[in-house]
Amino acid sequence: MTPITVRVDGAAYTDDVEPRTLLVHYLREQVGKVGTVVGCDTSNCGACTVHLDGEAVKSCTVLAVQADGCEVTTIEGVGQDGLHPVQKAFHEMHGLQCGYCTPGMIMASIDLLQDNPDPSDDEVREGIEGNLCRCTGYQNIVRAVRSAAAEMRGGGDGNGHVSPAVVDTAAAPHVAVQA
Amino acid sequence: MTAVEDRAGLPSDEPAAPEIGKARRRKEDARLITGKTTWTDNMVLPGMLHLAVVRSPVAHARITHVDVSAVREAPGVIAVYTGQDFAEEQGSLPCAWPVTPDMVNPGHPSIAVDQVNHVGEAVAVIVARTKAAAQDAVELADVDYEPLPVVLDMERAVAEGADLVHDHLESNTSYHFVFDAGEMGTGSDTDQAFADADVVVSRRFVQQRLIPAFMEPRSVVVQPQGDNYTMWSATQIPHILRVMAAMVTGIPEHKLRVVAPDVGGGFGGKLQVNPEEILCLLIARRLGKPVKWTETRSESLMTAHHGRDQIQFVDVAADREGNVKGLRVRLLADMGAYLRLITPGVPALGAFMYPGIYKFPAYRFECDGVFTNKVPTDAYRGAGRPEATFAIERIMDELAVELGMDPLELRRRNWIDAAEFPFTTVAGLAYDSGDYETATQQALELLGYDELRAEQQRRRESNDPVQLGIGFSTFTEMCGLAPSRVLGSLSFGAGGWEHAAIRMLPTGKVEVVTGSTPHGQGHETAWSQLVADSLGVPFEDVEVLHGDTAISSRGLDTYGSRSLVVGGSAVVKAADKVIAKARKIAAHLLEASEDDLDFAGGKFSVRGTPGTGLGIQEIALAIFAAHDYPEGIEPSIDAEATFDPENFSFPHGTHLCAMEVDTETGFVKIRKYACVDDVGTIVNPLIVEGQVHGGLAQGIAQALYEEAVYDDDGNLTTGTFVDYLVPAASDLPHFDTGNTVHAAPGNPIGAKGVGEAGCIASTPAVVNAALDAVRHLGVTDIRMPLTPERVWRALHDGGDGGERATARTNAQAADSTEGPSMTGGAL
Repeated sequence: MTPITVRVDGAAYTDDVEPRTLLVHYLREQVGKVGTVVGCDTSNCGACTVHLDGEAVKSCTVLAVQADGCEVTTIEGVGQDGLHPVQKAFHEMHGLQCGYCTPGMIMASIDLLQDNPDPSDDEVREGIEGNLCRCTGYQNIVRAVRSAAAEMRGGGDGNGHVSPAVVDTAAAPHVAVQA
Repeated sequence: MTAVEDRAGLPSDEPAAPEIGKARRRKEDARLITGKTTWTDNMVLPGMLHLAVVRSPVAHARITHVDVSAVREAPGVIAVYTGQDFAEEQGSLPCAWPVTPDMVNPGHPSIAVDQVNHVGEAVAVIVARTKAAAQDAVELADVDYEPLPVVLDMERAVAEGADLVHDHLESNTSYHFVFDAGEMGTGSDTDQAFADADVVVSRRFVQQRLIPAFMEPRSVVVQPQGDNYTMWSATQIPHILRVMAAMVTGIPEHKLRVVAPDVGGGFGGKLQVNPEEILCLLIARRLGKPVKWTETRSESLMTAHHGRDQIQFVDVAADREGNVKGLRVRLLADMGAYLRLITPGVPALGAFMYPGIYKFPAYRFECDGVFTNKVPTDAYRGAGRPEATFAIERIMDELAVELGMDPLELRRRNWIDAAEFPFTTVAGLAYDSGDYETATQQALELLGYDELRAEQQRRRESNDPVQLGIGFSTFTEMCGLAPSRVLGSLSFGAGGWEHAAIRMLPTGKVEVVTGSTPHGQGHETAWSQLVADSLGVPFEDVEVLHGDTAISSRGLDTYGSRSLVVGGSAVVKAADKVIAKARKIAAHLLEASEDDLDFAGGKFSVRGTPGTGLGIQEIALAIFAAHDYPEGIEPSIDAEATFDPENFSFPHGTHLCAMEVDTETGFVKIRKYACVDDVGTIVNPLIVEGQVHGGLAQGIAQALYEEAVYDDDGNLTTGTFVDYLVPAASDLPHFDTGNTVHAAPGNPIGAKGVGEAGCIASTPAVVNAALDAVRHLGVTDIRMPLTPERVWRALHDGGDGGERATARTNAQAADSTEGPSMTGGAL
């Protein structure tokens, strides 16, 4: 066992871990941060994405001992002062269905927007390609990330709503009713 | 997006806008976007033990010796069980759909006793203090196998003298299912139709094996309490699971509660009674301790049921003018090694959809269910209907080529006209409503059809290395599963009704209990919208309860695009009963005749007396107090309803794909995708659009990316997300979607179902588009998925490119060339 000290979502934890323990297992099983989930065993799906000292990592590819002395932010800590704009935008734009990929998708999207505050559709698609979603077909995730980007740049009204000039918000289909 | 108009923002005396049709943001999201979810694997119970499963590394073998003594000695291991330990009590996993009276079902033990029939089959289960301890001990199990011949290829499996999967059976054929319209009286003689035809086109299509690949791995927790058991499972079907698990284990049904907490997707893949669910129950019963099993992704891909895997032989007959005269379909359907919950029924369900939207006078369908040494197939999004739609939409294009006709003109000539609904097809189904022409016109406009056709012509003339094609899919599907009597006539082991209950709480809040169990679809939101309109109560005042057999006692769960059509209708029917009961109380309290009461906006008022009235939420409080109510009735306005549809519903639509094919590299890229779907009444356009998007992603993935591949020894070589290519955002295009609305006449909502539409319609549109791009170069077919290698081989070597191609896909190739790339690089 190896002692580690990690700050997770603002609180300090000192624990003994097996050296082989993955960060995601430490977070889920010892810290109780079950909002972060495991979706695969090959680091393809990104469901376990958290921030390690502010950068997105797949917590299944980091050993808990590597996080010693670090600051970890999970989906449970990202909106401690209310919802993060990216969380709000996923809700507003229907960027989730079953929600299993959502914590990782949101954490990856926040990281993307730190690097690129105004991504195009294609840049969002490439930026989140390390995260798999089986439900949405990604289109509303792309809308959500761009909507959040606009709000974070100051183009929104603070409720996840942004003007159509800023981003295509036509999430609902045009419904033509026949007689 | 139209801004949501909250009721709170409206003046109180104005009637609220209807909830049905509103793009309500989902109630479910609050917990899902903050990580405050209850996935089964999140659950921790005092004293809980963890399971790990020792699985067969060989596809077909006799188990000659099992030595688990080293496992028992491993640190933290509490117990280890082999098949022999449960041989007397495990029974057989259920198959609920004997599609023919003589169907052969070899039975399916949850844990193998003396023989394994596919890689990944359970041979021992380890119980330990921690999951890591259980997993560590797996490699200490020593199992000796005596190899048996491995049966993988369906066409060889049904040949004379083939090796047998189950050597106590006579052959590898489980059943031979036939639907003949001539014999059934729904059509004319098929052989005669083909004998008389000017043109006959025959094709062989391969529906590759797919994996549902829900994002949340399966997980089960069982807690024993005396002789009662509670099972939490990541399942689509807690109600069906309870019945089946009780029948398999002998635990009385009333002693077993099944809960589906938050469930992370299913797509048919969690429409199953899993070996591990039964094993958790058996072990919890033995040990008297709570146990948990959660699979790894590799276990999931290797052992959760797969989908599709059919070889389709399709013949179409027509006259020279392009009028279709007959359709003949012969299927080989890979069952895998065993028959699971609805394994044999999947191809049989598709049998009724091969005629598609066309007016065939004659039709014959035959299917052989074939055993192989692979994991069983079962429901995957669409379940039989994507296969049927692919076959008919592909062969219509082939017929158009043969006749020298425009593929859209051929479709128009043969499809059911809007004025002809309701229309009984040659398969005996009564299509309810629709307008294929209008949907097609809208889709053509959405795509920008004329401009793309002009560009296609320019590229052809200039011999552009990147050619352009446009593919059609004008589809319909049968949804709203299902009328119980029809299921009975098809020998299905259950009904197709759904149940709902509405509880009016004293404060006027409303609890809606539904037997339809969501796993991402948004039932809590949509059902709230239904009830808000029916009862005239605020959306926020409605709470939807589901997925726990102790709360929702009756239900048949979620699959087959049935939830809104059948389950939502039960909710509306229950609300009608609440109103009927409340009417009696209102009449009594208002001192009026029931006949003189109007009910609107949640309020009973005496006709002709504006300003008077009593709200249904006030009545809920009055009847809770029960101080003053009519003689002869019970003091409750709660109600329940069971809705059994009289017919299926038939969503339809036109899907158009424009595809670029690089003739030098074989790389294909969707240039534009447009579709117009008619799913009947739309309760929540946001949710409907999301369902279409997700379905498109999965249907396109079948066409371009996904295939479960076994090697010659029966090992799954696509056993991780490195190899099984669930598309990432960068692998999919933007979708242009639209709707027409023709309400379904068969249910009170008018909904037709939307969960499977995109997945059913899109696959043939994509393949037809790729072929349209390169057909002038001599390519007549390309085997799915359309990997660059297959496309390149089809262009250069002829054939469908599938014979020598590996599973290397577009997406993998993109990592080493230019264009969009696959997963893995972002973080």
